[in-house]
Amino acid sequence: MGNPSVVEIENVSKRFVIRKEKSLKERVVNFGRSNLHKEDFWALRDVSLTIESGTTVGLIGPNGSGKSTLLKTIGGILQPTTGTVQVRGRMAALLELGAGFHPDLTGRENVYLNASILGLSTAQTDQFFDAIVDFSGIAAFIDTQVKFYSSGMYVRLAFAVAVHVDPDVLLVDEVLAVGDEPFQRKCMDRIRQFQQEGRTIILVTHGLDQVADLCDRAIVLERGVVKADGHPLDALRVLRSEFDQIREDELTRERAAVGAAVGAPRAQVTKVETIVDGTPAETVGLGSPMTVRLTVEAEQELRDWTLGFGFDSSHGQAIYSTSSRLLGVPMPPLRGTASFDFTIPATWLGEGAYTAHGSVGDASDSEIHILREAARLHVTTPGQEIGLVSLGATLDPRPV
Amino acid sequence: MTSISEARFARLAQEPLRTTGPKGGFASGLAAQWRDIWAHRELLDMLIRRELKARYKDSTLGFVWSLLRPLALLLIYFVALGQFLGAARNIPDFAVFIYTGLTAWGLFSEAVSTGTASIVGNSGLIKKVYLPREIFPISALGSTLFNFAIQLVILVGATVVVGDFPTGTRWLYLPLALAVIVVTALGWSLLLSAINVYLRDVQYLVEIALMIAFWASPIVYSWGLVSDKIDSPVLEQLYLTNPMTIAILGFQQTFWVAGDGQPVPDNLTGALFAWLGIGLVFTWIAQRVFMRLQGNFAQEL
Repeated sequence: MGNPSVVEIENVSKRFVIRKEKSLKERVVNFGRSNLHKEDFWALRDVSLTIESGTTVGLIGPNGSGKSTLLKTIGGILQPTTGTVQVRGRMAALLELGAGFHPDLTGRENVYLNASILGLSTAQTDQFFDAIVDFSGIAAFIDTQVKFYSSGMYVRLAFAVAVHVDPDVLLVDEVLAVGDEPFQRKCMDRIRQFQQEGRTIILVTHGLDQVADLCDRAIVLERGVVKADGHPLDALRVLRSEFDQIREDELTRERAAVGAAVGAPRAQVTKVETIVDGTPAETVGLGSPMTVRLTVEAEQELRDWTLGFGFDSSHGQAIYSTSSRLLGVPMPPLRGTASFDFTIPATWLGEGAYTAHGSVGDASDSEIHILREAARLHVTTPGQEIGLVSLGATLDPRPV
Repeated sequence: MTSISEARFARLAQEPLRTTGPKGGFASGLAAQWRDIWAHRELLDMLIRRELKARYKDSTLGFVWSLLRPLALLLIYFVALGQFLGAARNIPDFAVFIYTGLTAWGLFSEAVSTGTASIVGNSGLIKKVYLPREIFPISALGSTLFNFAIQLVILVGATVVVGDFPTGTRWLYLPLALAVIVVTALGWSLLLSAINVYLRDVQYLVEIALMIAFWASPIVYSWGLVSDKIDSPVLEQLYLTNPMTIAILGFQQTFWVAGDGQPVPDNLTGALFAWLGIGLVFTWIAQRVFMRLQGNFAQEL
């Protein structure tokens, strides 16, 4: 890429010392033993990154993985323990909407204050003021103290201010999902406009679909270490498998806690195949019949269980799923390995690549095991439609 | 790629990389930091307005409250100390004398106490946005100065009422004494606000220290009474080694016209300049300490 870099992070580590005492008395009383009351926690370890201008980067990872710490370090709010962070261009941090709002001031006063905090001069705010109020859609309440605002109005106004600041780099932490749906759509449009204008957006989010949708690069953090860095789809794959691992560990622990006496079922999906015309295939034509074959392995006898499968888009978005419970088909007790077929009479999916997942669940349909991206499927169409589904629409050129 | 984005890339490519957060080490970076603060002067102005607007927002009397407190103090000291304890006998124009001291002291004590709490009080902002953090103690000082200005107007009015309006070179003491108070208060605010983040006890300690300092300064009693009681020049010097004592004496030189015959320490002007110099150095050191400590503000709050 020929674009100039806007953020250069070199070997950044961040240590938090967790102290269990705060007051002078406690410190004096515990003097000398104070090391016992300290605990080091490395929120970031040796992170090196370069972010080019014009890219939209998603920072993703499980809770406590250091995403927000990294974002704050880029924003200069936290100082790294070692290493350097260098940036260029104007930076606006949207770490919390309305961070600078004062409840006793009116909406108008807060707009000016907040804009100033985000780096706009009063003259610039004057210029944008109408646009900000218009965007927020709360013109009627602009001269009311913000403590009387509903939480929705509050974030709307804060977001409106934030998107009218003219940053080169926008740092966003979990704040995109605010307001009602029309407002959210407006926010997304604004983010896309930002992208078009070549602004760099670095966002921390748990909305993985959002990452696939918006970002052109994703960085997966785990315990302060960069686990994956690259195309969002690859990064998401790494993260999803990690989440599945975490979930599985939790389930194992839960089962261990419940005890073996209950005879907790242990089963897994070992294989998912897509079968077209009796042979395993990765490509299927629009409208063709298809079979999805799931192979399940049960160590102990499995009773009252359910079997499910589904398709995900290449962005990792779930687009279809069903299960034996939804279909109203009771599954017979199972021990050992067996395969089951879901029959699809006609594949009405849109052109594109999909992945299939298979899962086994217990009587209440809660998941025992899920096998993600177990099979790949490419749907080919005559190219008459765009999207994830095929509706087979036709057009009559004669006016009705 | 649109042309807007290309223009942006071209502009960004011209800009040098800068290290985030506060700049420089212990000795360097001072100029850069003050430039940064200067660049945020509009925000500073807004923060001061916010403080002032929000303070008495929903009260009917509003700003009158900030005047009633010192007036009540004036009444208490005037009656209890001046009349019952008899201090007024030795101090001419006792009311003007006390109000002069209270005005000067009010500026210092309010600036230090609100300044100390300013970083912790603005933790919401500090944790979420990067701004030069010195802005918060400075804005606390700014809003205090506004209150001070109102009280000063009343003080001047009072001198007119008692018929002893200060004239001529007397006024030269005012800017000098005011500068000593502002610089000293700023230094303490910077230092204490930063330490307060790590040790919350500081703000309570400050309250007590200010109370002691109040009685250690010639506010409700005159310097003449002190010098009568103290024979040893060493103790006398010790009493005078207090920038607030010197600054308050400076204020009294301006406003307490009736006190002209009263004793004044030797070379008050020299002492004022000396404390101004010391205050500047102290503020510089305090700002360096502040720089050092502020790196971890966001995680300690």
